[in-house]
This record gives sequence, structure tokens and C-alpha cells, in this order.
Amino acid sequence: MTGTVINIDRVVKRFGTFTALHEVSLDIAENEFFTLLGPSGCGKTTLLRCIAGFEPVSGGQIRLHGEDIAPLPPFKRPVNTVFQHYALFPHMTVLENVMFGLQRLGWSVVDAEGRAKQALELVHLSQFLKRRPGQLSGGQQQRVALARALAPEPKVLLLDEPLSALDLKLRQVVRMELKQIQRETGIAFVFVTHDQEEALTMSDRIAVMSDGHVQQIGAPREIYEAPANRFVADFIGETNLIEVPVLGISDGMAEVSLPGGRALRCPTPLARAVGQGVLSLRPERIDLCPASEADLTVIATDQVYLGTDIQLKAQLAGGQEMTVRLQNAQATRLPERGTEVGLKLEAGAARLLSA
Amino acid sequence: MAAMAPGGASSSEIYKGHAKRLLVPTWLVIGIFLLVPVALMATYSFLTKEFRGGVIWEFSLAAYDQFFLDRGLFGDEPPRIEWTYITIFWRSIWQAGLATLLCLLIGFPTAWFIATREARMRTVWLLIVTVPYWVNLLIRTVSMKFLIRDEGPLNAVLLWSGLIDQPLGLINTNLAVQLGLFYSYLPFMVLPIYAAVERYDFALSEAAADLYAGRWTTLRLVILPVVRPGLIAGCILVFVPSLGAFLAPDLLGGAKSFMIGSLIEEQFKGAAGNWPFGAAAAMILMSIVMVVLLVYARAQTREGRA
Repeated sequence: MTGTVINIDRVVKRFGTFTALHEVSLDIAENEFFTLLGPSGCGKTTLLRCIAGFEPVSGGQIRLHGEDIAPLPPFKRPVNTVFQHYALFPHMTVLENVMFGLQRLGWSVVDAEGRAKQALELVHLSQFLKRRPGQLSGGQQQRVALARALAPEPKVLLLDEPLSALDLKLRQVVRMELKQIQRETGIAFVFVTHDQEEALTMSDRIAVMSDGHVQQIGAPREIYEAPANRFVADFIGETNLIEVPVLGISDGMAEVSLPGGRALRCPTPLARAVGQGVLSLRPERIDLCPASEADLTVIATDQVYLGTDIQLKAQLAGGQEMTVRLQNAQATRLPERGTEVGLKLEAGAARLLSA
Repeated sequence: MAAMAPGGASSSEIYKGHAKRLLVPTWLVIGIFLLVPVALMATYSFLTKEFRGGVIWEFSLAAYDQFFLDRGLFGDEPPRIEWTYITIFWRSIWQAGLATLLCLLIGFPTAWFIATREARMRTVWLLIVTVPYWVNLLIRTVSMKFLIRDEGPLNAVLLWSGLIDQPLGLINTNLAVQLGLFYSYLPFMVLPIYAAVERYDFALSEAAADLYAGRWTTLRLVILPVVRPGLIAGCILVFVPSLGAFLAPDLLGGAKSFMIGSLIEEQFKGAAGNWPFGAAAAMILMSIVMVVLLVYARAQTREGRA
């Protein structure tokens, strides 16, 4: 059982009259790859900056191993940050950059140099010690930033969208490396991103944020397959949101009436029955079927070719748009535009959320 | 930050073969305003002086001889080093250096303040800093004299407030000259530093703080080195004109504050002048400035190569 390294307790952050964080509470475990995920302006970067100490909190506590660090200036907090645009010191060599934090902590030059070289080895940059940041590629700069933040062995490493400035191919490689480095060092990572794929592939746990609130905290699979509310369902992956009348709810299962009249049982986080609910239907869990077996009947309106998948756009009788994802192998039996199509909801396709 | 190298090699094919013709205006400007005047001055410094001002076209080293060597009142004693002018030069360098330091100490915080305001207010602050400099330098220097003289408002206020019980006696001192130079050239310090600070990425300060550097350590190890080109540009822009200034030392300084600028000015003013000697003094001054600039340029290229 690993303990809690960071405990965020009802943290509030206001900028003038705007409240960026509304009593946010969450725990980050030791050794954990924890991701703050949300659209821009959701408060994820603000929360990270509060942990680092760049933004004073307006209320609440941030505890590191039980000790409140909220009143401390950033240079007294044993956490380090990888900045979005790296913020490497342009007038220092790679080695000097990585040694910077160690020397401020009072390490001797010899010891600092030894540790810095180790850190640079970890990120495969040992051959660039004497270069200036300006002479390195974006990916290499990103690694220097990582080595610089890791060298002092912080209790927690904070990463502010560190991959956003890299191109797609590089991003995928660095993702895996980051995850591996996190496992090797055993340092808790708090990773901020707006990229759900990044969050899903790397994280042990994800906190989905919007408008300064934490919407849901959970493992990637939990977040994707059991979203707590409409926002999470919509933000993570693709989904179809359809308003439906709720017939009853008991023991986490809901009975709803689908458009067209069929009844459906599906899981729900709601405890009590509500008149109307929103049904989230994952497009990849929907399949085509003969009209007689269909849960839903739609009119096909368009197709989008996506390589591995084909996206089928359709319309419900009420005019509402729906998206279905079909694997490319099944492409042969794609319906013509304007024809009526039967849709079958596979297990786990549907989840009832509050409207 | 990396993408600041000019893409010189990739200039368009359109200009190929026209490089020489296109450079003509540049060469004309450099020639007319730089090479010809310097050549004239160099030439004059090696001519013989004419007693009513002007020169006789006859080669002579007399000007340089007079500057560096003392041959006695009648010119027949064995030469010794003449300290008069070297002292004036040394004092000028010292005065200009102190004025530069004063500008740097006031100019850096000022520039920092302006560069960290919101974008709209920066223009206003820059205007406030620059507007006094639309007034003629002579008028500003004379005004300075009126302000700091014993009967002037500065002393009046200080006396009235009881901070001092007799006038400071600032006028005709080296300090007055430094104040004059400081006030004359402050914007030349503020503007380049402002430009450097405005480009400064404040994430660097956050990174330093994140890596356990306190505020002064951040200033010393990160901010100052990163904005250094601005600091050096400002220092050069203040030091060089201060070195040759003659208004401030003339109006604010006493006999003991005599500077190169005034020395040179005297040589060309009225019938008592000595043109070759003035030209020689100007050449020597220029050489000093060039050495300073070359040392700086060398330091920069070494920096760039490292």
C-alpha cells in the first residue's frame, strides 16, 4: 500500500472576480502517474502552478507528506516542474542547466556534475553536455527540461503539457519514454494535458476537470467506460448523447425507453430515478443489424473514411444526429445515403447520465 | 529563441549578380558620413597648425607630440611625459564611467518596471521617459544648473525640510557633471534594456525559482545574463557620448571637471584654436572608444562560439 504524497484539500484560486478553482480536492499517491485532464481554461494548469508555488492559493491547503506547503515560495518546495516551452536557461550549457537546481541545494560542483550526468543519461542526452539549448531540437530540449527537473529527485514532478510542442511521431515516442522514466524513478508525476489520448495511454489515474471543478477521478478505463457525468462522457472519446425518458433505476442499473419505443437496461451512476436522462452511446460499440433486431432505427446521411475505421453519420427519426464507428473490414456492407438502417447496441455501449 | 539566425544563404535567385549594385547606397552612406570625415580628421591631425585657426598643409607630428610629451616651455628640454592631457582623458573616462554606472543602476529597474507593465501602459511609460528628451540638450543642461545651484529649488526644498542646514554646493563639482551626463543620456540606457527585458521569457524566472533559486540568485544567475546584450548596448550608448560630452562639464563642472569634449571644442573655437591638436585629441578619443567596442565584440563572438 503506497501512501499519499500530495493531498489537495479544498483549494480555491481566484483571479480578481474570476474563480479558477472551486474547492478542488484530490490525493496523489506515491509512485503514481497522475494526469489532470481538461479543456483549456478548466483550471488544470492553475492547479499545477498552485502545487509548484507560482500561484498563491486563495483558500485551502496543499499538503506534501502531510505538511502544508501552500504558504511556501516555489524555491522552498521539494517539487520540480517541466515547463510547457521548457524554459531552459539559454546562456547555460545543457550540463549547467541540469546542475542548476542541485547547486542551489548546496551540492558541490563535482557531485552536482555527477548527478546531472546521470539524469542526462536517463534521457539519452549524454553526448550533448556542452551544447546550448538553442543548438538542440525541440525533442532534445524537452529531454533536457526533464533531466533538469528530475536531477534534484523531487518528491513530485509536475509536467505542464510538456509534449504539446512536439510533432505527432515524436510525441508518441516520448509518451512511452516518460511512462518508463516514471516507473524507473518511482517519482510521482502530475501531468497536465488537454489531450485525452495522452492521458489515457500514460496515466495510472486521471482527474477530469472543467470550469474549475474536478468532474471525475479514476483509472483511464474507468473514466472512459464509466463516465460520471455528461461532461466526462462527452470530453473523453466520442459519444452520442441522446435524451431519453427514464423508467426506473435500481442498484446502479437504469431502465430507459429508447427512441422508437424499445426499452433498454444500462448502467448508471445515478442513484434515484429522474424523469429525463441523457444516454451516452459509444460509437464503436454500436453495430449494424437487420431492422427486426434493431434497438434504434436511423437514416444514413454520410460516411467518413478514417483508415482503420469508417464513421457512419446517421439521423434518428426526431432529427438528432448520431455517429457510428465501423471497422474498415466491414465496409462492404455499408448502407447507401438516405436508406434506413437498424442499429444494435452492444454490451457496454450505453450509460445513463443525468441530463 | 533558436530561430534568430538570419537566413542569409537562402536569399532569392532574383538578386544574384546584383549584390554589388544593390550595396551602392550603403557604401555611399558609409563613405560620405564615416570614412571621409574620419580620413579628414586623421589627415588634419598630422598637419601643421596655423596661428589664426586652420592648418598649413605640411606634415607634422607636433599635435601628438604636444599631447603626450612635455619638452619644457621653449621646447628645448629632453622630453618627459606630458600628464595634462592624459589626466583630462583619464578624468573623462572616469566621469563617463560613473555616469554610465549611475544610468545602469537607475535605468535597469526603470526598464524592468516599464517592460513588466501591461502592453497598453508600456507605450505610455516609454513616452514619459522620452518626452523630456525632445527638449534641446543645451536647455536641459542649463535647467539642471538652475535646479542644483545653491540658490536653486533643490537646495531650497532640502533646506526648508530641514534635511540640510546649508546648501549642498553641488555646482562645479564632478558629481554635478555626472548628474548632468546621467540626465542627458538616461533614455539611451533605458531603451535597449527595455527591449531586452520585454523579450525576456518570465518562465525562466519561474524555472529558476522552481529549481530552488531565491530572488537575488535568480536575478544574478538568470535574468542579468539573459538580458546582458541590452545592458551592454545601454552602457555603450551612454558611455561613448558621455566620454565626448562638453555641455555638461562646461555648464555644471568647474575647472577641475574639464573633460575631453571641452578640450577638443576649445581647439576649434575662435582664433585661439589648434586644429591639428584638436584632431589628434579626437583621434585618440576615437581609438579608445574603438578599443572598448572591439573588446566587447570579441567577447560577444567568443560567447557565440561557445
